[in-house]
Amino acid sequence: MSVKEDLYYSEDHEWVREEEDYLVIGVTDFAQEELGDIVFVELPEVDEEFDKDDSFGVLESVKAVSDTFIPVSGRVIEVNEDLLDNPELINDDPYGEGWLIKVDPADDSELDELLSAEEYAEFIEEE
Amino acid sequence: MDYISNTAAEKNKMLKEIGIKEIKDLFQMIPEAVSADDELNIESGISEMELMRKAQAQAAKNKSLDQQISFLGAGAYDHYVPGIIDALISRSEFYTAYTPYQAELSQGTLEAIYEYQSMICDLTGMGIANASMLDGGSAAAEAVTMAARITRNSRVILPDTINPAYREVIKTYGAGVDLDFVDLETEDQFIDPTQLKENLDDQTAVVVLQYPNFYGSIEKMEEISKMIKNNKKTLLLVIANPVLLGVLKAPADFGADIVVGEAQNLGSGLNYGGPYLGFMACKDDRRMLRQLPGRIVGKTTDVDGKEGFVLTLQTREQHIRREKATSNICTNEALNALMATIYLSTMGKAGLKEVGEQSYHKAHYLADKLDQLVGYQVLNKENFFNEFVLKTEKDSTELIKELLAADIIAGYDLKEAGSEGILVCVTEKRSKAEMDKLVEKLEVL
Amino acid sequence: MEEKLIKDYSSPGRRGYSLPPLEVGKSDINENLAGYLREEIELPEVSEVDVVRHYTALSEMNYGVDSGIYPLGSCTMKYNPKRNERVARISGLSNIHPYQPIEQLQGSLEILYQLKLDLAEISSMDEITLQPASGAHGEFTSLLIVKKYFEDREENRTKVIVPDSAHGTNPASAAMAGFDVVEIASNERGMVDLDALAEALDENTAALMLTNPNTLGIFEEDILKITEMVHEVGGLVYYDGANMNAIMGYAKPGLMDFDLMHFNLHKTFSTPHGGGGPGSGPVGVKDFLAPYLPKPVLKKDQEKYFWDYQRPKSIGKVHSFYGNYGVMLRAWAYIKTVGGKGLKETTENAVLNANYLKARLKKDFELPYAEESLHEFVLSGSRQKEEGASTLNIAKRLLDYDQYAPTIYFPLVVKEAMMIEPTETENIGTLDHFVETMLTISREIKEDPELVINAPHTTTVRKLDETAAARNPDLHW
Repeated sequence: MSVKEDLYYSEDHEWVREEEDYLVIGVTDFAQEELGDIVFVELPEVDEEFDKDDSFGVLESVKAVSDTFIPVSGRVIEVNEDLLDNPELINDDPYGEGWLIKVDPADDSELDELLSAEEYAEFIEEE
Repeated sequence: MDYISNTAAEKNKMLKEIGIKEIKDLFQMIPEAVSADDELNIESGISEMELMRKAQAQAAKNKSLDQQISFLGAGAYDHYVPGIIDALISRSEFYTAYTPYQAELSQGTLEAIYEYQSMICDLTGMGIANASMLDGGSAAAEAVTMAARITRNSRVILPDTINPAYREVIKTYGAGVDLDFVDLETEDQFIDPTQLKENLDDQTAVVVLQYPNFYGSIEKMEEISKMIKNNKKTLLLVIANPVLLGVLKAPADFGADIVVGEAQNLGSGLNYGGPYLGFMACKDDRRMLRQLPGRIVGKTTDVDGKEGFVLTLQTREQHIRREKATSNICTNEALNALMATIYLSTMGKAGLKEVGEQSYHKAHYLADKLDQLVGYQVLNKENFFNEFVLKTEKDSTELIKELLAADIIAGYDLKEAGSEGILVCVTEKRSKAEMDKLVEKLEVL
Repeated sequence: MEEKLIKDYSSPGRRGYSLPPLEVGKSDINENLAGYLREEIELPEVSEVDVVRHYTALSEMNYGVDSGIYPLGSCTMKYNPKRNERVARISGLSNIHPYQPIEQLQGSLEILYQLKLDLAEISSMDEITLQPASGAHGEFTSLLIVKKYFEDREENRTKVIVPDSAHGTNPASAAMAGFDVVEIASNERGMVDLDALAEALDENTAALMLTNPNTLGIFEEDILKITEMVHEVGGLVYYDGANMNAIMGYAKPGLMDFDLMHFNLHKTFSTPHGGGGPGSGPVGVKDFLAPYLPKPVLKKDQEKYFWDYQRPKSIGKVHSFYGNYGVMLRAWAYIKTVGGKGLKETTENAVLNANYLKARLKKDFELPYAEESLHEFVLSGSRQKEEGASTLNIAKRLLDYDQYAPTIYFPLVVKEAMMIEPTETENIGTLDHFVETMLTISREIKEDPELVINAPHTTTVRKLDETAAARNPDLHW
């Protein structure tokens, strides 16, 4: 179970990477392990807006379905189209090629409410 | 006979193993207040001989189609069912099997469903078909709610040329999710496309067409389809007669988004209305596939690389998705789907076509003769397949009643559907003599 | 593939059917249906022998309850009597069109009416509809009745409560009827948590859906308190009849104060499962809900049976005709054969057989709930999981021993769940054989775990790649 440094984390097992003008969001290694082989991904439309903790997508494995909850409020500026044909990218590379969406954040201060890599590592220890 | 094989000695052995004195002890936890005090007020069990005698006595109180000539259609069709079907589905590994969740021990059922799905796709021209629905009416209803989910609209256009029983079922299901029904009233036995156009808007989820329609006529499919395509979000749902798809163009060719129907006529027999067989097929579109209700079988390989079949895309279904499932459907009509698969295999390319063509020609022969009689008129004589509307000077209910005495059921009394006349259906089973007899009798009434 | 597809038997021009020649002249189909004619239909071209060989081969790759034990929890896979098949095939009872005049059908209508009376007696419900074609269909029908009832009273109730141990069709049916679903937790004894229920109940509650005994096979001893609590807030209580085999002659849903329920004829009443249907899910209601039943309702006036369509408050129709009549014929034949006393003995032996299995298996497999159970029980494979093999592995290994696996990973309240229901038609011989096999597998996990982890080995196909099936769907030839 890997927890990448330099990322923010939510208790719903999403990660957030801060780029210059936007945020990248995905699910953690823990999440993809729990789900098993992902077979289908439902992503939002570009320009859709969400409030923090809203469900923005769905990850489907053979035996389960899981909502993905957005860790910060914002507007979707890009979705990872590769996942439509290759959902296994989430299993193989959850922090890299398995990214889900890019978001223009509504409120930068929300990042402070998220967990650090260390805090998240502790959190999943307890799970 | 109670089908219990435990002997008294065996029961005692089991009681000992459990550690109790008598069977009643196992029911201790049931509170007095909910206990059935008296014995069940149901007669004692009987032997097989007595059962058969009772059943035959009941049959004797019926007048089945063995004893009369029927021109009834209206959603249940008397096509010939080859004996091979019953012989094969009576193999107990088919009919006493459970749903194929343990795929490795259910390859027979799974492969047969895959074949069924394939043949439904061939008939309808659509890309994906499910493993079956409960019947044609509920299949149509679930297709309508599926269209509402996909388009996120709630307006449904429901012409009155659709089987009234289907319309009732569609509306019943629609009440569950607050759909808005627009009843399109038609003057003749088919839809006027301009009237349809007036009712289309951007809140319309789906337009429902029946092919051929309830009166046996064929709608202006091409024209209507174009109209719907121009209305961006609206879907086209076609309710099709699968036997006639051996002759008629596939609904996919008219741009259908979802196709459903009643496949009872593919080998299930009449059985007083059930068990029948709903079929459902849709476009090969990822988003649509995820909204499709029902079980779906897919082909895959096992750990040794051998090809096999398995229930797939189960996360749409109730046992995983629960209240977010695309439907609550669990048990469907698997054995009837197997009957349909065997029927289609047996009739094959040439046979299904011949059944449709014979039905067509015979129906037209009868319609011509009836139309020529004084006091009778075939209202949709320019446009029908094997069902038509016979307008009668004399009261339709009276006529039908009088013909019963001559062992003929003339057809479906359209008064029941709020219309007038008799809906007459002819299949390949009707002989020239039978049709001539109907003409003869009607002539003098 | 073990057995090729039927289309792989095709040979152009080969035929498997025969029709008499067309006796009448041909109308001009090309002129009349211009633009609507198909060029060619793609279907197999095979002989009758091909069809027989192919489907016989397919049947040989299957396993039915005629093949061996089928201990699926809550499915009640009991023996399907052959005499019932004979009854259903009597031509005078089956060659009937649904729109024939009722005067011609008094024999059949009487059978259906007798079935209704018997179901009402077994359950202590007042009126029955036979229209729903499956259990889930019955659940949905019932919830539409609930919805209509409250609409009629101008009460806007949007909530349906469902325990976490409930079958998936319960919340799915509630959602289809337009309700919001509220799940409540079970307590540590596996029964409805009364505090959780009290918290969930309010004037917005339309109904509570319950099965009793529940999916753990445990009887809700507080059932009268539960139904009282729901009635107190003005809600209705719905009984999922999947587990009726546990209580016939011993308890009645109507006496437990349930307001409506469904039956599964293809479970309790022995009709064949068919590989996934057809089933039949009649619904029983107390009198005050009868006006809302789907139409038509079968009624009797003096000695005549008829379909009553004069039902202005009906929810409408859920099936195009009257339901799965052919299945009802078989259920009627079953009840006639077994009789009232026999139904009680059926329940007794179903419960005896289940408790016997439980007594013999609970030493080696964890029993998460110590409560007494009736016709089914749930084991946990968690001990075995620690030793290296999951419930899934155990289930697959059972297949190697020519026995069907129990229901696995359900109910959701138990980890590594195995839900076991033998039914009354198994005897000590088949039960002991099942126990011995389970104990053998338990031993194998300790001695040779790979054998279990890589099971099945001897079935037609081995473990199938479900991920590939879902990622790259191949759904037709």
